[in-house]
Formats: sequence, structure tokens, C-alpha cells
Amino acid sequence: MSDAPRRAFAAGVAAWAAAAAVTGLLADHGRVPAGRPLVELAAAVAVLCGLAALAGRFAWFAPVAHQGRRVAALGVAVAAWEIVTAKTGWLPLPFFPSPQAVLDVYRVDSARLAQSVFSSLLILVPGFALGAVTGFLAGLAMGWSPEARYWGHPVIRLLGPLPSIAWLPVALFVFPTIASASIFLIALATAFPVAVLTASGVTLVDSRLYDVGRTLGASNGFLIRTIVIPATLPHLFVGLFMGLGASFIVLIVAEMLGAKAGLGWYLQWAQGWAAYANLYAALAVMSVLFSGLTMALFAARRRALRWNRETVQW
Amino acid sequence: MVSAAMATPAAGASVQVRAVSHAFGDAARRLPVLDDVSFDVAAGETVALLGPSGCGKSTLLRLVAGLDAPGAGRIGVDHVRVAGPDPSRLLMFQDPLLLPWRTVEANVAYGLQARGIRDGLERVGRALRLVGLGDFAGAYPHELSGGMAQRASFARALVNHPRVLLLDEPFGKLDSLTRMTMQEELLALARRHAFTTVLVTHDVEEALLLATRVLVFSPRPARIIRDIDNGLPFPRLRDDPAFIARRREILIALGHGEEFAR
Ligand SMILES: Nc1ncnc2c1ncn2[C@@H]1O[C@H](COP(=O)(O)OP(=O)(O)OP(=O)(O)O)[C@@H](O)[C@H]1O
Ligand SMILES: [Mg+2]
Repeated sequence: MSDAPRRAFAAGVAAWAAAAAVTGLLADHGRVPAGRPLVELAAAVAVLCGLAALAGRFAWFAPVAHQGRRVAALGVAVAAWEIVTAKTGWLPLPFFPSPQAVLDVYRVDSARLAQSVFSSLLILVPGFALGAVTGFLAGLAMGWSPEARYWGHPVIRLLGPLPSIAWLPVALFVFPTIASASIFLIALATAFPVAVLTASGVTLVDSRLYDVGRTLGASNGFLIRTIVIPATLPHLFVGLFMGLGASFIVLIVAEMLGAKAGLGWYLQWAQGWAAYANLYAALAVMSVLFSGLTMALFAARRRALRWNRETVQW
Repeated sequence: MVSAAMATPAAGASVQVRAVSHAFGDAARRLPVLDDVSFDVAAGETVALLGPSGCGKSTLLRLVAGLDAPGAGRIGVDHVRVAGPDPSRLLMFQDPLLLPWRTVEANVAYGLQARGIRDGLERVGRALRLVGLGDFAGAYPHELSGGMAQRASFARALVNHPRVLLLDEPFGKLDSLTRMTMQEELLALARRHAFTTVLVTHDVEEALLLATRVLVFSPRPARIIRDIDNGLPFPRLRDDPAFIARRREILIALGHGEEFAR
């Protein structure tokens, strides 16, 4: 590794050591959180940065070598945030808790947060899967059969633009539980973009490939399995990304409005108690969870579209 | 190597093209492409179709393959009217048209798989080696050169043991040496297994090297303007005076009078 990444990690050591020192040595201005997790964390990160600066010479370290400047900048930001909140009170409580206080939430309230993540996933995963499958099948049908297109088109045209969360009041009395209503709404939010993109993907297939298949003896079913579906996959994934984004919105709003569990409910609950540290802690969990799911979808896409030269590397 | 790739002898079928006319477009913008084309191909014969670009050769092959129905006239194979595509009548398209999501091997295996033939892997491997792609079985089409893709497409057709092989400029993207190898392989296969070949080509020499008969078409709408019996004995040599005389005859028929025909 050249010197630049190593210098960045050395700066990281300085930044995080400063963050640990600021947090641990300066007196707090207002209410003091129960634990001091930030001191420990910042010190640990400083040590890791030091190791990174040393590990720089090894090849296995190369993939993360470029992260050095980001890590260092984050250390500076955390230190500054700690100063303007806990140490000086420039930003008022309870709306702006210190990073130490936010971090402390994970110590005291991790059980409830984990429970919330679990119940959110219990709604998100089945809803998204259901929507993806129905949307894909509907899209295939609409792309392949003029009759299905004739009936499907007006439905997509008229109902597609409706945000699926708008159906919440209807879903709440049609479905027995708020969980099943949320699953339905997430499925709806996913199915529409998936169906639209799959259908247009089918119509974009080079029709000469069907000629090739038919001269080689393929039946219609075989053509669908071996040509239509693989040719449509790149479009399907675009639909899945749109559906996943919409699903996050539906999930959180539905949980905020009616549920007794889940991350959306947790936000609502934290706000009700003016526990803003909990609120930020939950937001951070959500961001990690949702970006993790998005990255998992990207990984699935990369695997499924290995054959595609145009597959963008993310 | 050659005989192994076509383990099952595929007896050739005869082809009848009778008074076929074809046009694209609607009544307002009609584009006549084939004009009263009639010819017969005997079982096991190799007929080359030569004609100016855009005259309708690929269209004619699509009709014989059964991908489109002729606007007028009829097309038969062994005196049975062609009603649709069938793997016994295989069209190798002008473009390779490999399925991008399948490896080369899986592309070649496509026809066998479509017909539920399970023990085809052996055959696929032999066909790939025949076209010189043995080392590229696992490659995806976007990793191939144009000529390699065309050879893969050739293997995809051959592996099915067709009775009638319809080839649309099959070797047009190959360098001249690889083309010669492929021509020799095709000749050997066709002679050994007596399948019928209809070969569209731009290359007069290729037509004379491979075909028992050469049909020369007019510019669009295509009519047959010459039907040349090419009874030259094998091996055919490009510098044989009879070969040269026939080449000149065809070039003149194609309108390249005195310039290149000498
Ligand atoms: N599907 C189609 N719809 C409309 N016109 C077509 C279609 N296919 C071919 N044509 C037209 O028919 C004519 C003959 O096309 P064809 O592909 O058969 O020519 P060709 O003899 O194979 O030419 P080349 O040697 O350049 O391949 C061309 O003018 C082409 O524009
Ligand atoms: Mg053509």
C-alpha cells in the first residue's frame, strides 16, 4: 500500500483517540448517561486504526485500505457532536442527545430493539416475497399473453400510481390483524413495480431468439423458462429495487400508525417518551438493516446476472 | 472426429419450393421480396443460393424453416407441406443469436434439451470440438469473438442431426483459414451422412466448393435467374480451369461483367 492510506489511518488514530479523550475526560454539562460506551468504542476504533496503519503492507487488507479517510472523518464528527451536546449543551436536550447517550441505548434497550427488528422482518420479508412472486407472475402473463395484457393494463394504469399505504384504512378492516394488513400492503407496494418492469422486459426480448428456440424444437413452456424468464431478469431486479424501497416506507408508516411492535412502532414510542436517544439509535438500526437488505439484493442480482456484460458492479 | 459428431446417420430429406412469392408490409406499403420462386432440392444434395444483398435469401430460408408462411405458393419437405418449424429442418441464422445467459455448451445443448434428449452431453462436446471451441464450453457468449460465436451457432445446429440444414451465410464472419476448415468439415459431414443442405452465401467460391447446384437470384424481388449444375469432382480445386470458368459464369450472372470475372 502506498503512504496515503497509511497516513489516513494514522489520522484515524488521532481522531478517535481525541473523541475518546473528549468524551471521557471533559465533564458533562447536563444529564449524564448511565454508561460510558463511547469512550470504550472510540478507544477501540483508535486501536483498530493503528492496526490498520500497520496492516497496510498486507495484500488482504487492500479491499478496505481506501476507507481510512472516512473512518478518520467520522472520528472528528463524533468528537464534535459530543462537544456540542453533552459537553457544552449548545444543542438543546432532549432533541439532540450526545453520541454517548445514543450508544448507551444499545446497552440498556437492546432486547426491545432486537424484538422490534424481528417483528419488522416478520412483516417485511413475507410481504416482499409475496409481492415479488405475484408481481413477477403477473408481469410474465401480461408480457406474454395479449389477453392478460388487455385486462392487466387498466389495473396497472389506474391503481399503480396509488401509494400502497393509502390503502391502509381499507386493509385494516379487511384483514384480521395489523400484521397481515401490513404484509398485504407491502406485497402490493412490491408487486406493482415488479409487474410493470417484468411485463416491459418480456416485450423487449429479441423476437429472433424465439425463432431460434422454435427451430430447435422448443415448446412454449420451454421458451418461457429458457428465454423469457432469463431475458427478463435484469428488468425484474430493477422492479425489485423499486419495490424494496417502497416496502420500507410502507413498513415504517404502517407500524407507526397501528402496530404494537416493530421499528416504526419503536420510533413512535421513543418520541412519546421524549427518548430521543432511543429514536436515533433506532434510526441507525433501520439504516443498517435496510441498506443491508438492499446490498443483499444487489448481491443476488450480481449472481443471477453473471452472464450479463452490462451488469453494473456496485 | 467428423463421424463421431454425427453418430446417428440423418437421412436427408428432399425440399420442394413451388411458385413461392412473398411480400412484407401492408397493402399501402408493399415490399415484394420473393417473386415466383420454384426449385427442388433432392435428398442429400447441397444447393447454394447466391444473390445480391437484400434480395430475399434469408426470407426464403425462414419460409423453408417454417418460421413464416409464404404469401403465395407452397413449400414441402419430402412432399409434405411445411406447417411450422421443426428441428429436423434446422435453420442456422445469419447472426449467431446465442442465448447470452447460457454458456457456449448450454447453448449448443439447447435443442437436445428442448426435445428432452438426456444423454446429449457427449454429443455436445464432440460438436464443440468439431468447430474448435472445445476449450470454450464454459464461456458466456459475450466472451466470444464474432467468428467464435458463429462457430458456436454452427455447432448448435449440427448437434441436432437435422435432415435438412439451412445455413444462412454460416461462415461469413470467419477468417479465411478457419472458414476453409469449417467448409471442409461441412463437406465431410454432408457427404458422410447425406443430409440435405441449403446454403446461402455471398462467396461464389464457397458455393462452388460445397454445392452440387448453385441458384443465382436477381435483385429484390428475388427470382431465380440461373440454375447451375455444379458437377465438379472432389476434391475441388480453386485453380482448376473448369472451376474458374464456372466462377466467371456466376459473377457475370450477378452483374459483375468484365471487371472481376476474368
Ligand atoms: N420482417 C421483415 N419485415 C419487413 N421487411 C423485411 C423483413 N425481413 C426482411 N425484410 C426485407 O426483405 C428484403 C429481403 O431481406 P432478406 O433478409 O431476405 O435479404 P437477404 O437476401 O438475406 O440479404 P443479405 O444478403 O444482405 O442477408 C429486404 O429488403 C428487407 O428489408
Ligand atoms: Mg440474409
